[in-house]
Amino acid sequence: MVKLRIGYPEDPDYQERLAEFEARIARGEKIEPGDWMPAEYRAQLIRMISQHAHSEWVGMLPEGAWITRAPSIRRKLILLAKVQDEAGHGQYLYHAAETLGITREEMVEVLLSGKAKYSNIFNYPTLTWADVGIIGWLVDGMAIKNQTMLAQCSYGPYSRAMVRICAEETFHHKQGKEAVLLYARGSKKQRQMVQDALNRWWWPTLMMAGPHDTDSPHTPLLLRWGIKTKTNDQIRQEFLNEHVPELLEAGLEIPDPDLRYDERTGNWLHGPIPWDEFWRVIRGEGPMNRHRLEARRRAHEEGRWVREALEAYARKQFAQAAD
Amino acid sequence: MLEAYLKDALVARLTAWADDEVVLAQRLSEWVGHAPILEEDIAIANLAQDELGHAKVWLELRQELDGSDPDRLVYFRDPLEFQNAVLVELPKGDWAFTMVRQYLFDAYENLWLKEATRSVYAPLAEAASRILKEERFHLKHSSLWVERLGQGTEESHRRAQEALETLFPYVRQLFQPLPGDEALVEAGVVPDLKALEAPYLEEVTAHMVRSGLRPPEGGYVPKSRQEHTEYLWSLLAEMQSVARWDPEAKAW
Repeated sequence: MVKLRIGYPEDPDYQERLAEFEARIARGEKIEPGDWMPAEYRAQLIRMISQHAHSEWVGMLPEGAWITRAPSIRRKLILLAKVQDEAGHGQYLYHAAETLGITREEMVEVLLSGKAKYSNIFNYPTLTWADVGIIGWLVDGMAIKNQTMLAQCSYGPYSRAMVRICAEETFHHKQGKEAVLLYARGSKKQRQMVQDALNRWWWPTLMMAGPHDTDSPHTPLLLRWGIKTKTNDQIRQEFLNEHVPELLEAGLEIPDPDLRYDERTGNWLHGPIPWDEFWRVIRGEGPMNRHRLEARRRAHEEGRWVREALEAYARKQFAQAAD
Repeated sequence: MLEAYLKDALVARLTAWADDEVVLAQRLSEWVGHAPILEEDIAIANLAQDELGHAKVWLELRQELDGSDPDRLVYFRDPLEFQNAVLVELPKGDWAFTMVRQYLFDAYENLWLKEATRSVYAPLAEAASRILKEERFHLKHSSLWVERLGQGTEESHRRAQEALETLFPYVRQLFQPLPGDEALVEAGVVPDLKALEAPYLEEVTAHMVRSGLRPPEGGYVPKSRQEHTEYLWSLLAEMQSVARWDPEAKAW
């Protein structure tokens, strides 16, 4: 007898199971690791969660570069804690993806081979200390919008990871905002530095939410199965409505001449987003793509003998215990 | 209350302890994002936070004595004013170098902090017991790494042994008394570091031997905490670069 691959349409019970699965999602139930799920649901989740994990792991680099230069004891402690959180988020996201039948080693291999995606935002360089503040306030601000939505995700392990991550991200957001507001009313050089950082990070941040709904091929399926509960444009809009008034109040200038408030809807509307750049960076032609991957590969290569030692030691301990 | 004649001596002692932590935290920070496994990125970021947090505690105790600003001390003192031991300023090296150094430093901290919990100067005794709780975890972590590397593979053993040979002579500097220490020890304010050296050497040697490693004989020992290597200037230049970048900035 041929063993049927679980969750594929050639399974004679597929339609029935799919209907049951979709009914569970409609009732707001969480799907758990051992439950039946369509193969496509599993594949989409592995794609999203592993990309998310990679984003945390790669995302340690641009901010991590400033730990050794943080200008006060307090800022340095905060930044260390923040980058440590990102490593922790990476760790539990890799675990969440592992519940779907893939190993961390497999995911890491795909990343290091250059085939896996991670958030485009980390392919931009952090040029000054103010970038750390702007990343905390805006980049993490956008990430929180996305992650708050994902905390409602129909897949239990992903949803629970997000609840925990959101709590920590809220602190990241707060410290970033506090730093930016301080520098925005600080010395002349501090004001210039923070405005320059905003100019450089504004558009990449807006692009973080992903392409417009009309150009986002995965969205309808993801919405139907409750993996996502909001569209990219909705997320972007929430971000704008929260952050634009606060940035303006801080006396900063947003680098979008078409930015305007729409009285009718109460929304802040942005001008045209430079999507050409977005797709270029996704293709690997952003300013830091090569450098980020090289840093990850170097750490992986230089850590190989350490991981081998760990394994050898564990084997010896095990052999001793068995004796 | 602390007698006036002890104040300057304690200020110097606290500064030396703080500088060790500040400089070691800087070396640990260099690893964050580049560790051999993700779990160790978490661990090393945590170690760096703890060490810097301890520096903050010592500098705040100093602040109570002389009103000095901890951030000014960390970010605006010049290299020759730093009182850290050479052990902590050496470049981070490979994972073996970092973990062997961490173990040597953690074992030293555990030992003297235990004694310091009995200080007659209550703020110091309280700080020491608080910090000791974290340091116990550090020692567990780094002593296990020494054992894993010492007993792991031929390569890890070789690297750990080489690291130990470079680092070991410098541990003796940690136990050198500062000029004002004698009076502090006599008054029961700080532990007698000189008396801790022998038990320390016994403890770490035993752990090294258990791990298949051999501490070297001899080697250069700096004469005082005024001595440094070429590496300190660039470490501090990087650490202080943003804070010193804009003389008009009032707050960071």
